Amino acid sequence: MSIFGFHYRLERKSIGLALGIIVVASIGGLFEIAPLFTIHQTVESAPDMRLYTPLELAGRNIYIREGCYACHSQMIRTLRDEVDRYGPYSLAVESKYDHPMLWGSKRTGPDLARIGEKYSDQWHVAHLNNPRDVVPVSVMPAYDWLLATELRTDDLPLHLKAQRAVGVPYTDDMIANAALDAYGQANPDSPQADGVTKRYGEATTMRAFDGQPARLTEMDAVVAYLQVLGRLTDAAQKPLAQGGGQ
Amino acid sequence: MVKQLTLIERQNAILISLAVAVCGFVFLIIGRGDPIGVHGFLAFLAGVLTIFLIGRDYYAPSPSDDRSAHYYDDPSKAGIVLSMAWVVFGLAIGDWVAWQLVNPDLTFGAWSSFGRIRPVHTTSVIFGFGGNALIATSFYVMQRTSRARLPDQVAPWFVLLGYNLFCIIAVTGYMIGVTQSKEYAEPEWYADILLVIVWVTYLVIYLRTLARRKEPHIYVSNWYYMAFILVVAMLHIVNNLAFPVSLGHAKSYSLFSGVQDAMTEWWYGHNAVAFFLTAGFLGMMYYFLPMRAGRPIFSYRLSIISFWGITFFYMWAGSHHLHYTALPQWVQTLGMTFSLMLLIPSWASAGNALLTLNGAWDKVRDDATLRFMMVAAVFYGLTTFEGSFMAIRSVNSLSHYTDWTVGHVHAGALGWVAMITFGSIYACVPWLWKREAMYSARLVEAHFWFALSGTVIYVFAMWNSGIIQGLMWRTYNESGTLAYSFVDSLIAMHPYYIARAFGGLLFLIGGCIGAYNVWMTIATPAPASDYASDLPAPRRAGGIAAQPAE
Repeated sequence: MSIFGFHYRLERKSIGLALGIIVVASIGGLFEIAPLFTIHQTVESAPDMRLYTPLELAGRNIYIREGCYACHSQMIRTLRDEVDRYGPYSLAVESKYDHPMLWGSKRTGPDLARIGEKYSDQWHVAHLNNPRDVVPVSVMPAYDWLLATELRTDDLPLHLKAQRAVGVPYTDDMIANAALDAYGQANPDSPQADGVTKRYGEATTMRAFDGQPARLTEMDAVVAYLQVLGRLTDAAQKPLAQGGGQ
Repeated sequence: MVKQLTLIERQNAILISLAVAVCGFVFLIIGRGDPIGVHGFLAFLAGVLTIFLIGRDYYAPSPSDDRSAHYYDDPSKAGIVLSMAWVVFGLAIGDWVAWQLVNPDLTFGAWSSFGRIRPVHTTSVIFGFGGNALIATSFYVMQRTSRARLPDQVAPWFVLLGYNLFCIIAVTGYMIGVTQSKEYAEPEWYADILLVIVWVTYLVIYLRTLARRKEPHIYVSNWYYMAFILVVAMLHIVNNLAFPVSLGHAKSYSLFSGVQDAMTEWWYGHNAVAFFLTAGFLGMMYYFLPMRAGRPIFSYRLSIISFWGITFFYMWAGSHHLHYTALPQWVQTLGMTFSLMLLIPSWASAGNALLTLNGAWDKVRDDATLRFMMVAAVFYGLTTFEGSFMAIRSVNSLSHYTDWTVGHVHAGALGWVAMITFGSIYACVPWLWKREAMYSARLVEAHFWFALSGTVIYVFAMWNSGIIQGLMWRTYNESGTLAYSFVDSLIAMHPYYIARAFGGLLFLIGGCIGAYNVWMTIATPAPASDYASDLPAPRRAGGIAAQPAE
């Protein structure tokens, strides 16, 4: 048979075989990934989409560092029970600025895509500090070092700069003031607080997230991040008004 | 081992180690106060240690010139020992993580919390155990099936040791909080660059050995090993494109975001399963199973269909990880379709393996080593069927995000990958170290039953918990509201989490027995035997050279 005859010759040529593998293996990715960058409907437009503040970004990095994504998804699927349990299904635009995305693959704990402002700051602090203080049967580890660890802010401008390099539209002003803004957001009575709303919008949550205005801890950052999940844009609330879900 | 190197090779090895040490030192300086500095120190230490080891034997006499009449097996031997060390470590961490879901307070500070050591487990078993076994066996198989010695004696060591440095950087990184969060691609940018350099060297060794081959045809195993090397390189480079915060920061930001990042990640993630955990291990199977059974491969044509089917179809299947998400539906549908078609080449390979055993089933009964490989082929068939099934959108709506996925992965990882590897190692160790047989056949038998019962308990526990979870999350009561809270489903998981951790413990015990058995085989003195058939140009004195037929 000719196909096997061809192969009989191909398998005598190592470079030919290698090139064959590269070509055959490349096709799938070219067809499925490349169009996602060019077809505009892939990501909805959401003019009200805002950026993570430096404090929220720092919290996100701690969320990544601690491996929270291993147990918590941030992707509500278009299924009725998920919409009923977690809220409107997730849109692509909502993770437009997520480098990398944290959609997750496993729910050992619940989905967090819309956890923002569902619970109070105090609840989050108590829960992170020892989950079993508030949910007795929880299997989540205790993150008691967050409250005790000062947040590193001196390199936040570098982080924002790197984010801009991969496509997040941070302005020079935001980059220059990143460290101050992180402090200001968790200390609303401080003089640094005004700049945060000026740069990131009136909707920015300004609170002493960990309950201690004088200190800027990793707990501040994580809670600030959790409280903004699902609240960067209202785009997802609209399809539900027209009877979303399935 | 250093004594096997020529003087020039010793000098080259010192230069390479020096380069590693200098790189490490640079990162140690510019990364002060950041975790990257710790890794700079590790690389510096690794470089200095290697220089010291080479220096100790630097003036030893050069090896004899007839070394090219033999295969070069030292890197394979080291790879197998490293592989057994990683499996014991990786399984132990895995079982610890499993017990943490039974009792969440089984931690000792930040470094050991679930989110940090779960990737330690996955990286140790996939890359540490699997990767070392693949590198070791690929060097072994490639030389025998090509009847050619490795082209030089430094590059294989660079690949093996560089790869293990990558694994150590990865695993220690998670514990000090360095991760990209991309599943199965967690190591940060500098570790990724190290792996690219190692991997390109690996490819070059492979092509150079094939260029020196004395057999006109390239054997099936080598197609798979080559696909493994080439495609993993492709996946690794694309998925890890990122922008570091600075050269002194371990942290980087992925070039992709949101939906494109999700698709790239699961294109990578699913094909890490395909080309790391399947293609490479199929290469292992196509050599060691027929060798051990003393039977030729059942069908040459099936192996061709299966090889190109796997290489083509798998690359489309990643999007089945993203059913019902914000990924456009046409991509989801393509992923599901190709996942279903994937069953054909997968079963072609599994069937080819099992049919090869026809006429040797008495050996399967008596020889636990061959039985490891047989059971591996069965689990390969079962897992690929389950995988195609779970890729169907409506099944996935239930199974996704639940423990069913975890069960599926472990049916593949324990039942297929680990079993074929243990079988191949038990076959390979006596051949490599020129022993009659393993130290203890009864311990191989014991390992087999520990491994099999551990796998079955694990997988059944996760099937149960996964399906219960999935059903509880979608159950409505009469008034049309959700019947169970998330916490209700968590309570229902508890007995299954205990069963899973117990199954994992059995598998770990088996792994420890295996490591002991390998160690004792190596430590037993070799009988003075002449392995005339195991040479690049065999002396055909009566016996036939043992080679799998095509």
